This record gives sequence, C-alpha cells and structure tokens, in this order.
Amino acid sequence: MALTAENVNSIAYLARLGIDEKDVEAYAKDLSGILDLVEQMGSVETEGVLPMAHPTDQPQRLREDEVTEHDQRDYFQKLAPQVEAGLYLVPKVIE
Amino acid sequence: MEWETVIGLEIHAQLATKSKIFSGASTAYGAPPNTQACAVDLGFPGVLPVLNKQAVRMAVIFGMAIEAEIAPYSVFARKNYFYPDLPKGYQISQFELPIVGNGHLDIQVNGVSKRIGVTRAHLEEDAGKSLHEDFHGLTGIDLNRAGTPLLEIVSEPDMRSAKEAVAYMKKLHELVRYLKICDGNMQEGSFRCDANVSVRPKGQQEFGTRAEIKNINSFKFVEKAINFEVERQIDILENGGQIVQETRLYDADKDETRSMRSKEEANDYRYFPDPDLLPVIVEESLKQEIKAELPELPEAKKQRFKDQYQQDEETASQLTATMEMADYYERVVKNANCEAKLCTSWVTGTLLGALNKAGLEISDSPIEAERLAGLLQRIADNTISGKIAKQVFEEMWQGNAGADEIIEAKGLKQITDTGAIEVIIDKIIADNPAQVEQYLSGKDKVFGFFVGQVMKATQGKANPGEVNKMLKDKLK
Amino acid sequence: MHTKTIAELARGLQNREYSSVELTQHFLGRIKQAESVNAFVTVTEEQAMAVAKKADEQIAKGQAGPLTGIPIGQKDIFCTQDVKTSCGSKMLDNFISPYSATVVEKINQAGAVMLGKLNMDEFAMGSSNETSFYGAVKNPWDTTAVPGGSSGGSAAAVAARLVAGATGTDTGGSIRQPAAFCGITGLKPTYGRVSRYGMIAFASSLDQAGPMTQTVEDAAIMLQAMAGFDPKDSTSVDQPVPDYLDGLEKDIKGLKIGLIKEFFADGLDEGCAKTVQAALDEYRKMGAEIKEISLPNLKLSIPVYYVIAPAECSANLSRYDGVRFGYRCEDPKDLNDMYIRSRGEAFGAEVKRRILIGTYALSAGYYDAYYIKAQKVRRLISEDFKKAFSDVDVIMGPVTPTTAFGIGEKTSDPIEMYLSDMYTIAVNLAGLPAISIPAGFSDNKPVGLQIIGNYFAESQLLNVAHQYQKVTDWHQQLPEQFA
Repeated sequence: MALTAENVNSIAYLARLGIDEKDVEAYAKDLSGILDLVEQMGSVETEGVLPMAHPTDQPQRLREDEVTEHDQRDYFQKLAPQVEAGLYLVPKVIE
Repeated sequence: MEWETVIGLEIHAQLATKSKIFSGASTAYGAPPNTQACAVDLGFPGVLPVLNKQAVRMAVIFGMAIEAEIAPYSVFARKNYFYPDLPKGYQISQFELPIVGNGHLDIQVNGVSKRIGVTRAHLEEDAGKSLHEDFHGLTGIDLNRAGTPLLEIVSEPDMRSAKEAVAYMKKLHELVRYLKICDGNMQEGSFRCDANVSVRPKGQQEFGTRAEIKNINSFKFVEKAINFEVERQIDILENGGQIVQETRLYDADKDETRSMRSKEEANDYRYFPDPDLLPVIVEESLKQEIKAELPELPEAKKQRFKDQYQQDEETASQLTATMEMADYYERVVKNANCEAKLCTSWVTGTLLGALNKAGLEISDSPIEAERLAGLLQRIADNTISGKIAKQVFEEMWQGNAGADEIIEAKGLKQITDTGAIEVIIDKIIADNPAQVEQYLSGKDKVFGFFVGQVMKATQGKANPGEVNKMLKDKLK
Repeated sequence: MHTKTIAELARGLQNREYSSVELTQHFLGRIKQAESVNAFVTVTEEQAMAVAKKADEQIAKGQAGPLTGIPIGQKDIFCTQDVKTSCGSKMLDNFISPYSATVVEKINQAGAVMLGKLNMDEFAMGSSNETSFYGAVKNPWDTTAVPGGSSGGSAAAVAARLVAGATGTDTGGSIRQPAAFCGITGLKPTYGRVSRYGMIAFASSLDQAGPMTQTVEDAAIMLQAMAGFDPKDSTSVDQPVPDYLDGLEKDIKGLKIGLIKEFFADGLDEGCAKTVQAALDEYRKMGAEIKEISLPNLKLSIPVYYVIAPAECSANLSRYDGVRFGYRCEDPKDLNDMYIRSRGEAFGAEVKRRILIGTYALSAGYYDAYYIKAQKVRRLISEDFKKAFSDVDVIMGPVTPTTAFGIGEKTSDPIEMYLSDMYTIAVNLAGLPAISIPAGFSDNKPVGLQIIGNYFAESQLLNVAHQYQKVTDWHQQLPEQFA
C-alpha cells in the first residue's frame, strides 16, 4: 500500500498532528513501508477467527457507585497552560 | 405533492448515579467549574477507567422496562474526535455491541395508540461544557460534567409527525423518572434530544436524506424544530433541490435550524474497542433480580387506575403522569377510606387546580396526602359539606393544621340537629309567603331559594341532604 | 557496595554494615560520575535522602522489608507525585505529576529509595532509546552502542550499577530487549499481574510493567512489591500473589523446554545463536528435556503489532492537546492551530509515525482490513502458544536477533528498527510472562536468553531462570568502566 503526500496530510489532520511540509514525503515513504510490512497479515486465513481485543479472558469488574474523589482543582490546574476563574481556556470554539 | 415526515430520536438521559461512570467524582449539578473533575475525568496521563456498577444496573432496568433484549456481552469503544470539552480526545461509548438491544415504547396521539421501536440503548460518558462568554476572546472549559453517565436511547425512524415525536419523548421522559434512573431535568441537561428528520413523497418506500438536529432541550422546541426542519426540507425539494446529510443546530431564539459542521470536518470517529475496559457481562441472575424489583410501569399503572378507581382515560393519564402523582393519589385513597370517586375529583380538581395556580409540583404540595385524606373523610362522614370543605382546604393550604382541628376551631361542623333546622325552616316559610305561593303553584325553581335561605341562616353548616328532605316535607 | 545485589544489600543494611543514607549517597555519587550515560531524566536527590533517613529508622526498629532502604530508579513512564514525569517527551517536559502510579506507591510502601526517573524512548516508542527528547542513552558495555529500548535508561542504570534495581515497561519487548543488550535480568509479567494505573499508556492491551535487576532473585524481590490486584485498573487480575522467592530453589530436573523452531531461522546473528545454544546446553546438564516446537503464526507478530500498538496509541495520545497539562504552542491562532501545532511541535518523529499509522488503520474503510484482521491473527498467535504449553513447561529462545547495535545505526530506517523486536513481540500479543537473562557475550557485547512461561507462571519462570544463574556467572559481570 503506497500512501501519497496527500494521504499523509489528511491522516495528520484527523490526528491533529502538525507535520512539516518538507517532511511529508518522508512520512509517506516510511508509512508505506510499514503498511507493506503490515500487509503480510494477509498471508494467513482468518475466516471465522474471533478478534482478540484483550490478552486475558476476563469480564469487566464493576465499581460501587460511591463518591471517592474530592476537589483538587487548584492542584491540577497548576499544570494547565491557561486558566481563569477555574476554567481551562482555549482559543475560541465556534459552533 | 403530499409529503410524509420520518423522524427518529436519539435521547441522552443522564443516569442518576452518585458518582461518574468511570471515576469516583461526584455528578452533582451546579458545582463551581472543574471542582468535580478528577484525574480520570481530566484524562491525565496514566489514569484508567473503572465502570460504575449502578450505571450498568440502570441501563439494564431501562432495557427490561421497554422489553428489550439485554446483551449478555457488551463492549465499550472509543469514539475519537478532538474537542476541548472532550478531555481524552475520545469518548468512551458503545458502538457495535450496546448493552440494550431491540425494545419498544407505546405512545398515544389523538387517542390512537402506536408502537415506536427502540433500536438500542447504550452507555457512554458525557462531555464537559464550553463556556462562550468572553474570556478575552477565548473559550472557558468546565469539565464537571465530563464522565457523567449517559444512556443514549436510539429509536427506529417510526414517527411520522412532530406530535408523535413529542409524545414519544414525553413517554420516555415519564418512564426514566418512573424507573428513577434519570431525574429528567431538561433545564440542567439531564434529558436531551437529537432528532433525525427526513421527508419523502407519500407512498414512497425509501427514506429521504436526513438531517440531524442536535441538542433540543424542551418538548416545545422539539416540536418547533422538527416542524421548521420539515418545512425547510419540503421547500428545498419542491424547488428541485437536494437535502444534504448534515448536523443542524436548533436556534430557539430565531426558531430555525442551521448547519453546524462544515464539510471539511467530515467525521471519521475511528471507533475501536477500548483496551482499558473489558467486556461487560450481564448475568441472567441480575436480570431476574431487576425484573423482580421493577416498579409498576406507567402503562400498567394507568390501566389499573382505570379498573380499580373507575377513571376515564384522561383522568388516569393525569394521575399516573409521574410516579409522585400516582403515589400521592393512592396515599389519599388509602387514608381517606372513602369512595375513590371523591378522592379523584378532589385531587384532580381542587388540589391540582391550586397547585397549578401556585406553579407547584405535586411533590411540593403544601397539603400532604394524609392531610387531604383527613379532609375527605369528613366530607364522606357528613361532618362537613363540600362547600365548607373548600373553606377548610384553604385553611389547610395556608398552615399545617389538620381538617379536624380547623373544623373544630372554626365551628364548621354541620348542624345535624334536625330540631334546630326545623325551627329555621319554619321561620323562613313564615317570612316568605309569596315564594311559598309560587312554589305551591308549580314553580319548582323557587325551591332553590328556600335551600339558599336555610344555608345562609346556618352559615352553610346544615346538611344539604337533610335540608332538602325537610323542606320538601314542609312545603307539601 | 554498588556491585551487590538487592538481596545482598538488604542483608548488609540489616547487619548495619552500612546505612541506607550511606548507600543512597554512594549511588547518587555514581550517578553524577556516570552522567554521560544519560540514564536519568531527573535525579531526585533531596527526596531520596529523606526517604533513606526514614528507611534507616525503620531498619533500626526492626521493621525493614526486603526493599527497605534499597536505592532504585523508576522509568519516567511511571507517574511520581510532585516529581516531573516526562515519558521521554517534550510534550510532558513540564509535567509534575499530581499523583503516583500504583507501582510507584507499592515500591515506596516497600521502603525503597527512589533516586530518580530513568530515560526512555518517547512514550516508550522505540527499541534503542534514541527517540527520547532527552537524547540517547549509552550502553555501559559499549558507549557507542544503544542500550535498547524503550526501557533503555533503566537497563543502562542497572548495568552501570547506578541503581540496585529499576522498573521498566514492556509493550513489545521494552524490558527484555534492553535487558539483553545491557546484560541484566528483565522480567515482563503476565498482562494484568502488575497494575497499569499511573503508568503512561502506549498500547493499553500490551503494556505491562516489570522489574529490571542484576539477578533473578532481585527480580523476584521487586516483582513481589510490584505485583497485585489494583481496583483502579480494570485489566488488573484479581489473583493472589505467590511468594516469588519461595520456589526459586526448586530442582528443574525433567523440565520440558520448548525451542521455537522459527526463532532460529533467518535473521538470527550467529554469535547470538551460539550463545543461546550454549545456554540450552546448561539446561540439558541440569536435566531438562529440550524439544523443538513450531509456532507457525509467530512470523506475523510484527505486522500484527504494528497495527494494534499504533491503533491504541493513536487514541491514547489524543489527550495531549495542550488544554489541561503539557506543552501548548505559542500564540495559537485558533483551536485547530493549537491542536496541530502543540502536537506537531512536541511529539517526535517516531511517535508521529505511530499515531499516523494507527489513525490510518482505524479510519473508515480500513478498520476491517487492518485492525480486525490484526486482532484475528493475534488470536492465532496466542493459540499457537496455548498449544505449545500443552506440550512443554517453558519456551526458550533468543531475545534479540543481534547484540546492541550502534547509536544512529538504525534511526534512518524505522522498519529495520522494528525488526529488532521480532522475538519479543509475540509474548505481548498473547499477554504471557517472559524473562530475559544474561547468557554470555558475542563480540564483547551481552547476549540474552529469553524464557517464556504460561499465564501467571512467574514463579516457574523465576525458578528456571534462577537455576541457570546458580551455575553461570554472566549476570555478575559488569562493564569495566563501571566496576
């Protein structure tokens, strides 16, 4: 599978990942190579095989419905790039 | 051309758990921003989700109530997109294997019953809120709501009018509150609706292209938004245009829907099973346990009210509209120990009238069911007349006194001493010979005059039945 | 003091041969001297001294456990409260974690003294430690060579005796491969044995934390502290933790060892092959039976891994968006600009490659062909192992196809780099435990032996590996420069 520079740009946008224009071709080449490697999977028949999402065959454990967390806003927000009045600030969201 | 409207609804009901779906932070509404967002809700590095038992239970309760298939094995998936109110960059939701499968809900429109299919209901986490007030041109993000459990209830495209859509939404609203799995507070966003709307020429099998109208948070707006959208679509089609499949936002101020997402933002959510969460197994035993605990559902309760209390459809609907209403009514019946009819007329008439006027819900009624029952008892045993009872009701509304106290204190007991009434009647007959003449000559209407005079003289405390009987005897 | 194992140091502390404060000072001194190895991202000298003091008090009161007062290092992937936790990335260069990982809490609880945070490949994506924002780590055996990755700082720190033990994480070989390259012992436990809470996620269904130490005995001591059920991790397994020291001395006569045929085919360096064969001979001498087994689907491990790991990581790394913590670009002009530039400027090339591959594999139209297909082959691989374990007790083979390669040698070709994990990745896909132990040298660089066990058979793995260390001294050798 060969990815074009255009493919790389659209995937990068989906992932909101800035890629330097000058590097796009190199990414396209690397990713195409990885996809070629990946496509070796096609060599084995998997009809009827159950997909395996987890290594362990366990059910989800359930938590009791209890409030166990307390307010740590100030502690957490020390890490934030921009806050005001307890809110995280981001560039204007337009709907 | 005649057009047919096709509507499917996606309802988001916030589940009434104490803590969030994947963390131990509180879900209480109205806290200062970000004070109820813990490390898990904030999507900090390395944190992990653990599923709330009660959220699963509530989803199963809902599924059982709409006679849906409960998936013995359901899976959480990540829905990937970037938005500042979505801290992890993905929403944990259910995609291919939801916890609740096919079910149904019956609605009534114009006296006709219709079954609406429920395709599925799945568990997911709510997002935070973006606050667009001006922070120097920036947007503020409050993540208190992030991680609140949601049950997304997806209907089949079975509705054919805005009225049906509203009826379905109301029915669902009533049901989730009956089940106590959602507080139904639409103003606080506990119960929200997206509507998928399309039109097609009447008689055509295939569906038209649909638009999804997002976040409509009142019954009134649902109706308006759908009606606007239907007209918009018909307009486009009749002018030879085509409907674009898109997401639209209802603007209540302008009463219109408008396109929300530009084309470049074509959604590709890249769903895949969340590796941090394992499959949810619902055992048969849990289903049995929930089945046994399931409350009487609105439809069954309404039918029972009709049978047990001889109510007509409208009255039964009114009295079973909420669990609180129905419980109130039945507490009155139980305590009053009188004919249900009397209870029904007092609750639907006097009480609901007064509540309505005061803008109060039944749960806020100043007169508790037991006190109202006390009053009805005194009507039933002839201690007071219905008219006096209204007066006592007013007194009860203002304070905490019981009917008996008020009757006692104000001396409102009916005069049952026939001798005393007889004296009054004799005097009235003697004082009004002209009216006696008229009555005896066949003018039956004058009889009311005598009753009125007697009641006036006794300040309404005479038993009207007794007065009637005695007057008839005397005027023979 | 630094040449001693954790078990020996604990005895020395008990016998008051030295205090934890002295021990801590000694190791901190070595860390300073060995700065050029670049094993540490952060050295927590002050905290370490305070903890050492406390440890000495506990020892004095006779309340010491096997890790009390022992200087260790934490891979910088584990959140440590009030200490910078970078995960080897510019993205988290300013991240002072507001909480600790369960593993960190447990090791702290056991009284160990954390000397600092160890360098690693960015977000654990790499096999050479060269993707770290903080620069490459040097292999103490050959400072022109890589230490392996992603737990390269951990492996180098233990090999150079800068710490008595370290934590690592293993998603596709990130404990075992650097352990092999640096001549130390590294154990990747069964998936679910050690909590992942607070361990920064790379690929959630593959990541597992484990100990990196000089000896198997030390690995048992550290695993004892790390392992156990954690209600904060849904994938953590609620199973009792056995006493890992208990079974170390068991006789392994009659042990059935499976040798994966496919691991000795093309690609395995001759020197490595010889060293591994020699190790197997030792096992024969101890009375083990060795038989060749075939796991035909193992050859697809790398293709499968490079779908599943990137897919999971593409979502796991979406939270780094410049809103609540971490790097935010200067003067974003709008919301998308903030996302795109913050992520574009703070993630390195390898992380970007994996996010892109993962995003692509999950995108509309490709999901079935890549992601679902990979999960199906994953099951086939896991079933190959299941079948094998119905026949043998443990599986042995090489850890890596070559010894440590040169710094810069493989950075231009990501695929060649990926292939260096060809023997380790299958274990993660299946979720099995495996250990890498020093088995000799080829061209003066260490070679590791990999032993793979059945689910939750850590005790058996440790026993089998320990018996080898009783009859060999590869694990006691250390690079001259750091003697």
